Formats: sequence, C-alpha cells, structure tokens
Amino acid sequence: MTRQEMNVIVEQGVRSSVENVCGTMLGCSVEVGESRQIGHPLQESDGVVALIGMAGPWVGTGALSCKPDLACRLAGALLMDTFDTVNEEVLDAVAELTNMVIGNMKTVIEEHVGPMGLSTPTTIYGASFTTKIGGSQEWTLIPVQVCDGELLVHVCMIPNEQGRGALNRLDVVGRMVTRS
Amino acid sequence: MPLDVLVVDDSAAIRKILQRVLLQTELPLGTILEAGDGFEAIERLKANNIGLVLADINMPNMDGLELLRKMRENPQWKSIPVVMITTEGSQQKVLEAADLGAAGYVRKPFTAEQIKEKLLGLV
Repeated sequence: MTRQEMNVIVEQGVRSSVENVCGTMLGCSVEVGESRQIGHPLQESDGVVALIGMAGPWVGTGALSCKPDLACRLAGALLMDTFDTVNEEVLDAVAELTNMVIGNMKTVIEEHVGPMGLSTPTTIYGASFTTKIGGSQEWTLIPVQVCDGELLVHVCMIPNEQGRGALNRLDVVGRMVTRS
Repeated sequence: MPLDVLVVDDSAAIRKILQRVLLQTELPLGTILEAGDGFEAIERLKANNIGLVLADINMPNMDGLELLRKMRENPQWKSIPVVMITTEGSQQKVLEAADLGAAGYVRKPFTAEQIKEKLLGLV
C-alpha cells in the first residue's frame, strides 16, 4: 500500500469516526470539511492538543486540537456539564474524544493492513506553544465544525519498515500543562 | 438483590459517563464503584462484594484483558460477569476477551440503550 492510498483510508476513517463519535457521544451536529496534506502540523498551537500513537505494520500519530473555549464546550457536551475554564476534567474529556476518534479510525485502517496497537493519549494545554513530532513526515489535516467551533484532526501514518514501536519523539516548547 | 457494579477505565470522563448511563438504565443496580486501572480494580474487588464489572481494555499499568485473566484465575471472582468497553475494534482483542470469558463487549462510542441491552441478561 502506498502513502497516497493510506491517506485516502485515513480520510475515510476520520470522517466516519468523527461523525459516529460526535453524533453518539456529544449529541450535536458535525460537519467534516475537506482534508489537505500539510508538512508541518501542530506548530504554533494555542489551546488544547491531544495526541495518541499507533504501531503495527504502519506506525503513526493522531491528534485533535482546538481553542480552549471549544475544548470546554466539547467537554460540557460529553459530560453533560458546564466548564468555563480548561481544567483536569476538560483535558480528560478531550483525551477521551481523541481516543475514540483515532481508535475508531484505527479500526478502519486495520481492515487494510492488519492489527495495530494504540497508545494512551497525551493532552497538552497552553498558550503560544510549539509542538513538533520528529521525522518531518506529511500529515493529513481534517477540519471539523462541531459545537460552534473548529476542531482539527491531524493524522500521520508511515509504513513500519524498521519494526518501530511508535512514531519518533514528541517535542513541545512553551508554557503548558500536560496530562497522560 | 441489587448488584454492586465496578467501572474500570483510566478515563475519568468515561467513568462519569458510564455512571450516568448505568443510572439511566433503571436496572436493579446497587453501588457503582470506580477504578482507574486493573490494579485498582483488584483492590475494589477485594474490599467489596462486586456483582458486575465494566472494564476498558486499553489501560496503563494493568489492562482490561489482564484484569479479566486474574479474575478468572480467582475462585472468588471467576463467575462475576465482565463486560469489556473499549475503542479497540480489532477482532484479535475481541476474541481474546471472549476466550478469557468476557460476558460481552461494547464498543465506544456507545449509547445508553446499547449498555442496557448488554446488561439485561446479566442483572
């Protein structure tokens, strides 16, 4: 399977997964936008980013990112509660949404490449921080309109030709809080 | 007699959602207890008379499959029904859980109706 073919599967997987997760767990309308390929994802972030790794015949990382106010609304919809600021519960809710969205996308990918493992999510919250995942691979970026805001889904998958257990390392620079 | 339920998930969000969903089912359930991983679940099982377990598969420290394996090895806990609740859709994990004696399997995202349907025969 080529990278281009994988990108198509990733887009289909994210689309069905986001519609399923948001429709079932958030109870709000969702509109998945057109995907595009980008070279340097997650740079100059401002808000909440949740990342999760995948490993198997292909390795990769999936991430959800959004502004703090949307993170609060997403957590509120998921937990049927109200949040004014990003706290532990909001970070946990965004982590779980990431787990469900990327986990369900992984299931779609597994139909094509075989079983893959999924890590537990890491969540980062801060202002004007930079995130970089080593390896400078091409990423698929899919914008999603949900709960009156824009949620960005980022996915990078590469063939696991060297038997790696995870996709490189994560570097984060700036002031932030992290939760794994 | 109402069954005490143990919800095992490393996500506090999912534990909170499952608590709410279990209350919505109107099934004859007793106290709902929580654990963040398999090790905590073992402690809750030792200290309480648990009648039903809902457990995530993918957790740090001790995952749901290892918890299920330990429960099946223990004469006191081996007949407690365990329903696996997870994002893992792979056939491999489902079969492994079934081989270990899981009473059922619910995939995230889930609805209250799906949880209720899965628990109806167990409560």
